Amino acid sequence: MLKEELKRGIITENPLLILVLGLCPSLATSTSVQNGFGMGMAVTFVLACSNVIISIVRKGIPGKVRIPCFIVVIATFVTMVQLLMKSYLPALDKQLGIFVPLIVVNCIILGRAEAYASKNNPLKSLIDGIVMGLGFTASLCILSIIREILGSNKLLGLNFFPGYDPMTVFILAPGGFFTIAAVMALVRYLGNRRKDTKA
Amino acid sequence: MNNIANIISISIGAVFINNFILSKFLGLCPFFGVSKKLSSATGMGMAVVFVMAIASSFTWVINRFILIPYDVAYLQTIIFILVIAALVQLVEMALQKYSPSLYEALGIYLPLITTNCAVLGVALINTGVNTFTGEPYTFFESLLNGVMSGVGFMLALLLMAGLREKLEFSNIPKGLEGLPIAFITAGLMALSFLGFAGLNFFSPVGG
Repeated sequence: MLKEELKRGIITENPLLILVLGLCPSLATSTSVQNGFGMGMAVTFVLACSNVIISIVRKGIPGKVRIPCFIVVIATFVTMVQLLMKSYLPALDKQLGIFVPLIVVNCIILGRAEAYASKNNPLKSLIDGIVMGLGFTASLCILSIIREILGSNKLLGLNFFPGYDPMTVFILAPGGFFTIAAVMALVRYLGNRRKDTKA
Repeated sequence: MNNIANIISISIGAVFINNFILSKFLGLCPFFGVSKKLSSATGMGMAVVFVMAIASSFTWVINRFILIPYDVAYLQTIIFILVIAALVQLVEMALQKYSPSLYEALGIYLPLITTNCAVLGVALINTGVNTFTGEPYTFFESLLNGVMSGVGFMLALLLMAGLREKLEFSNIPKGLEGLPIAFITAGLMALSFLGFAGLNFFSPVGG
């Protein structure tokens, strides 16, 4: 069952590449693998914790005010991540900047709270939060590997192709758009081909 | 002179150089979600300018007179998002009662704005330092920053909607249909907006 859940989070329902949620942080922080992975892990932590809490209190929240309640729970965990990151990973915190507090408005988290955690038990919600977070992290890593190699000719801070000039545009804003367009087109192409062979 | 330079520097910076969508990646969800038709893009853009102006003035006051004096600035994220959510709700109710025509134009876009990272983003940026003066944003500066960032958002949204209306009729490879081609379009727009970086003629001290 765990394997199926993992497949659902990373491949069939990948939050970024299939459901297209959480675009802003993923384009802004995928400039290097380090940043992308850090962001992915922060989102995974918030997603898993808030899913559990929301699932525990789901029966006590009146339907009409559920969104503000979810946001308060999420914002609490985001503040925790913010403070932890500031004290233990100050360099990463500086790199991610405003996008750490902006995890609050990441559509993946509110989306999972609304679509999954408010309807399922805490254990299931925890697993959902973790696999969805891992799916997000995986797609962020793909984006950031491409952008770091092309944009700064490095991988994890090490030189990649010696004697070749990096295309700086790939770590700037336009490169983010181009990279996600290419990756998403590839994912769709593969998806279509699989559908065709099945049919 | 310095005041005028400050105003121009904030305005040009927020609309062109640091355009929220095309160079800061803030507010991409509504940017791709609502940019299929020019009419809905106009409505969304106006709603964003409106909410950003209100949100940046309210959050500035709360930050300066409540959070900083009581030394609870670390609660910024929670407080700001709640204030924005409450404000959006209030604006929606007030519009419905006093200006039904405006409500009809903006109404359906307002609830979407609560989770627009551009609004929370501008509130958080306003707690930082103005790069032109090197001092914290004043009330007027943060209001201006909010309005101008909203205008920049609207500009990008309208440009994108115009392009996407044309794209509807063009022959696109199957895998690129829909979002991927929209991303490429946005990438090309961002590329041209990179050129605005040179507009930074009132460069800050030491920069």
